[in-house]
Amino acid sequence: MSYKFPSPEWVANFHEQINSSDAYANAAKTWEGDITLIIEGGAGIYLDLWHGKCRAAEYLTDPHVKAPEFKITADMEKWKKVLAGKLDPVQGMVTRQIKLDGNLVKIMKNVKAAQELVRCATKVPTVYE
Amino acid sequence: MWYFSSPFVVFGEEALSHLEQLQGERALIVTDATLAKLGIAARIEAALHKAGMATRVFAEVEPEPSLQTTRRGAQVAADFAPDWIVGLGGGSPMDASKAIWAMYEHPDLDPTEINPMVTLGLSKAKLIAIPTTSGTGSEATWALVLTDTAEKRKFSTGSRELVPTLAIVDPTLTQALPPRITADTGLDALTHAIEGYVTTWHNDFTDGLCLKASQLVFDYLARAVADGNDLEAREHMGNAATIAGLGFGNANLGLAHAMGHSFGALFKQPHGRAVALYLPYTIDYTANAGLGRYGDIARFVGFTDSRDEAEGARLLAAKVRELEQAVSQPMSIAAFGIDRADFRDHLPKLVEYAEQDTQFFTAPRIPESEELAQMFEYVYEGKPIDF
Repeated sequence: MSYKFPSPEWVANFHEQINSSDAYANAAKTWEGDITLIIEGGAGIYLDLWHGKCRAAEYLTDPHVKAPEFKITADMEKWKKVLAGKLDPVQGMVTRQIKLDGNLVKIMKNVKAAQELVRCATKVPTVYE
Repeated sequence: MWYFSSPFVVFGEEALSHLEQLQGERALIVTDATLAKLGIAARIEAALHKAGMATRVFAEVEPEPSLQTTRRGAQVAADFAPDWIVGLGGGSPMDASKAIWAMYEHPDLDPTEINPMVTLGLSKAKLIAIPTTSGTGSEATWALVLTDTAEKRKFSTGSRELVPTLAIVDPTLTQALPPRITADTGLDALTHAIEGYVTTWHNDFTDGLCLKASQLVFDYLARAVADGNDLEAREHMGNAATIAGLGFGNANLGLAHAMGHSFGALFKQPHGRAVALYLPYTIDYTANAGLGRYGDIARFVGFTDSRDEAEGARLLAAKVRELEQAVSQPMSIAAFGIDRADFRDHLPKLVEYAEQDTQFFTAPRIPESEELAQMFEYVYEGKPIDF
C-alpha cells in the first residue's frame, strides 16, 4: 500500500519508520528538538524528535500552527526530489533551494541523524497527486 | 543545482607585484606576529604603497584564531576604513581576514551567524588572500574556522560571499618554511585533493582540479621538504594547494578530515599532520567496500595503467604511505607519542567528534560508531584497515 504525500496516513507511516530504525536511533541519540517540514503553500509535517525517537508526528493543514525549533520549507517538487534521493537536503539548504529557519550549525553537527531521518522518509511507500 | 566559486588567482614568481596594479586608497593587512617580524608584511605594504595605497597592519592573529581576535581586527578596520583587506599567512590569518571582512561590513554581526544561507552583501571592501604556506587552500575557499576562547569550542562555517576577490600565490613566500611545516601543509593539500575527488559532493567542475593537485603533490612535495629553496617545487606546491582548495572548496571532504579534526582537537595536533594520518586508512576502508574512485587518481598520477579499481586504490594507499614516510609523517596514533591509556580514555570523544564533523556525511563510505572506534584502534596500531 502506498500513501499520499503529504497526508495524515503518510505521516503516521513515517512515524513508524523513524521509531523502528536502529540507524536513526543510534545517529540521533543526543538530538533534542522539534521540526516542522513545510510544503510551500501547503501542509506541514510536525516531528517531535527526542534522543533517537519520534515522540509525536502530526500532519498539519496549517504548517504555522506550531512554533518548533526548526522549520524546513521547500516547494513540492523539491520535496519529491528529496524523497527520491535526488536532492541532498544539506546541498539543498546551502543552495537555498530548501529554506531552513533555525540553527544551521546544530543541523550540520547532526547531519548523520538528518540523513537517517531522510532515509526513513524514503522508506515510506509514497504516491503524489 | 550547485555552485563553483573562485577568486581571481595570480600565481608564480613575481605574483606579488600584481599588488602594485591595484586601485584603492587603504589596505588593512591581517597577519600574525611572526610574519610581521620576518618582514613579510612589510613586503606587502611596500607593494601596496607603490599602488598609492595607505596601509595598516593588524598582526595579532594567533594559531586557531579566536572570535575575540577577529572582533579586535574588525574594530581596527572600522577605524581605518580600508577598501582592501589582505589576509596574509597560513590558514589562520586568511580565515581571520574573512571574518574581519564580514564584521567590518556588518559591525553587529556575530561570526557564528555566518552561514551559506545568510546574504552578507559585502560592498565596502574586497579581500585579497596571500598564502605563506602551501596547504590550507583557504585563499580559494569560502570556509573559515574560528575558536570561541570563552566557550572553548571551535566552529567552522562559511559563505560563498567570503571567497577572496583575489588570491596571490607567490612561491617566494614559502621559501623560508621549515621542512616539518612544509610536510604538514603539503600533506593537507594532498588530503584535500584526494578527499575532494571521492566525496559524494564531487562534480565535473572539481574533478580535474583534484586530480591535478594530487599529481603535483606526489611530484613535488618531497623535493620541497628536502630543499626549501627548490623554487620549482615550491611553485608547484603552492599551485597544488590553491588548486586543491578550489577543488574541495566547491565539493566537500570526507572521513580523513572528520577523524583528523577530532584527533587534532582532542590531542592538540597540527591540522595537516592530523588529517594526513588518517588519509591512507580511510582509503583502505572506503576501497574495501568497492567504493572510492581512487583508481582514477592512481592512473592520472601515473602509478598504474590498470582500470581495476581495487588495484588502483591499493596502489594509491601504498603511495600515500610511501610519501608520508618519505617526509617523516607519523604513521600511527602511537607514533604521535600518545600512550594507549590516554588514547582509550579519549576514544568515545574521538568517535563522537568525528561523527559530528561537517565532512563526515559526505564520505563515500560512512562507518557506524562501533566501526569508527575500530578504525581509530587500527590507526593507533598503524594497521591497514582490513574491514
